[in-house]
Amino acid sequence: MSDRVKIFLLLLPAMTIIVVLFFGGLGIGLMRSFNYMPVIGLTEPDLSAYVSVFTDREFYLSFLLTFHIAFTSTVISSILAIGAALLLRRSFVGRGIVNFLFQLNLTVPHLVGAIGMLYLFSQSGSFARLAHEFGMIQRPSDFPALVFDPYAIGIILQYVWKEIPFIGVIVLANMQSIGEDYESVARSLGASKWQTFRFVLLPLIFPGVLSASVMVFAFTFGAYEIPAILGANFPAALPVLAYRKYTDVDLAARPEAMAMAIIIALLSAVMIYFYVRYSRRRIRG
Amino acid sequence: MQETRRMRSFRILTGAVLITWLVLPLIPLAIWSFAKGWFYPDLLPRNWSLRAWEYALSDTAGVIDSLWLTIWISLAATALSILVGVPAGRALGMYKFRGKEIVELMILAPTIVPGIAVVLGIHSVFISMGLNNSVTGVILVHLIPTLPYMVLVMAGIFANYDPAYEAQARSLGASPLKTFWYVTLPAIRPGIIVGGLFAFLVSWSQYILTLLIGGGRVETLPLLLFNFATAGRNDITGAIGMIYILPGIVILLLTAKHLSGRSGAVGGFGQI
Repeated sequence: MSDRVKIFLLLLPAMTIIVVLFFGGLGIGLMRSFNYMPVIGLTEPDLSAYVSVFTDREFYLSFLLTFHIAFTSTVISSILAIGAALLLRRSFVGRGIVNFLFQLNLTVPHLVGAIGMLYLFSQSGSFARLAHEFGMIQRPSDFPALVFDPYAIGIILQYVWKEIPFIGVIVLANMQSIGEDYESVARSLGASKWQTFRFVLLPLIFPGVLSASVMVFAFTFGAYEIPAILGANFPAALPVLAYRKYTDVDLAARPEAMAMAIIIALLSAVMIYFYVRYSRRRIRG
Repeated sequence: MQETRRMRSFRILTGAVLITWLVLPLIPLAIWSFAKGWFYPDLLPRNWSLRAWEYALSDTAGVIDSLWLTIWISLAATALSILVGVPAGRALGMYKFRGKEIVELMILAPTIVPGIAVVLGIHSVFISMGLNNSVTGVILVHLIPTLPYMVLVMAGIFANYDPAYEAQARSLGASPLKTFWYVTLPAIRPGIIVGGLFAFLVSWSQYILTLLIGGGRVETLPLLLFNFATAGRNDITGAIGMIYILPGIVILLLTAKHLSGRSGAVGGFGQI
């Protein structure tokens, strides 16, 4: 058997599943978003779903909110993850525990984290009770709204909780493979600690941080259950809005849901572009 | 580098803050599962009870059925991912060929594109195939997030694999099946275990794919958890939540040494 045939046969089952289910799902979604589905008699594609999505104020609010959630969560998680990785690089009392908790946290599903955040930060949650204990508030309604709130603070807190370990573990592995020689050289040439970090270590780990951040951004932009648990009703995060439109009793809303799914997919295609760009650079470096 | 005393205590302090933050959200869940009413502004429940656990573990509540169903779905998705992902990983890890970058990109894409973007389209096709509202349909759709991780882990394993051992076994008269069983399999077993555990956990944590394709009829643990959480049954939510995170903890304890510092492999948890 020639290598070409062998490679083809080895890849065939996996590629069939990915092409049929993943790209098939995307393709069907794309067709339906254009109201084009010959099987059920829709033979003339049109843009009506996109027109109604792009003329709907709720869509823009929802898009902005989702972008805010994804962007803010990614930036905060990345910065804190770099800090946590710097901490974990050196030995200190409790390093083993942090290490273990990092990995434990990676295995806990987002949904559990979201419910935990609900019990911590809601107006009758643990922090509200603590505030009452210290005489800072009287009634639950005195506590600031941190869940179901317009700024999506609860959602962002949940993502920060979950993604610090995700990015942190990648950055830490990255730091360990780089070693400390470059930094020692910089220090011996008279660079301060901050300069060593800013001009030596940070540029070295940056591609790794960026490729992890891209994955986090795409995930936080497209996740459903977290904003469904912790988010406000209006505007809802884009995946929640898409799901609502799809399950609407009015079947005419389905193409709109598909159009939103395609918009989410397009945004993640941009993310894939950045991911490939930076992870390739990381491999070359 | 000389560490000053202040630097040291700063490290311990930030470490303590980090530890607290990492366990914090799990604490109220655990407490709720043993609480019998826990009203504002009590910092701890006044009455403790095992009621939520008794309910969750009873035959009538359906939590145990849901647990078995979730295990079955995740095991099936994992087994299929291994079966299909090992050959694909071999092709990507051991050969250079034209179009390899495109194949890699196509396998990478499902790890980044969110489930909601593809599942709506799949749902409308599964309806016509009679696969919606079925366990089979849910298992199939779980392959979208699980398979890429399996392939990527196995590609990494096969990149460091020497096929000369297979050739030697074959030249000594071993059949292809025997060669695979006694030579290839032992060499790639660590990859299968790590990749399989990732695949299991990725499937274990799926929500929106199961909700849409299962149509609410295939009630896995996360669906049950979500329903109790939004219905405000905090005590039962706490108990189900504890049951739900258990496999992850067990897997972590079993594989702690496989996981540490392997960025490529650990990346698999991103979608959980």
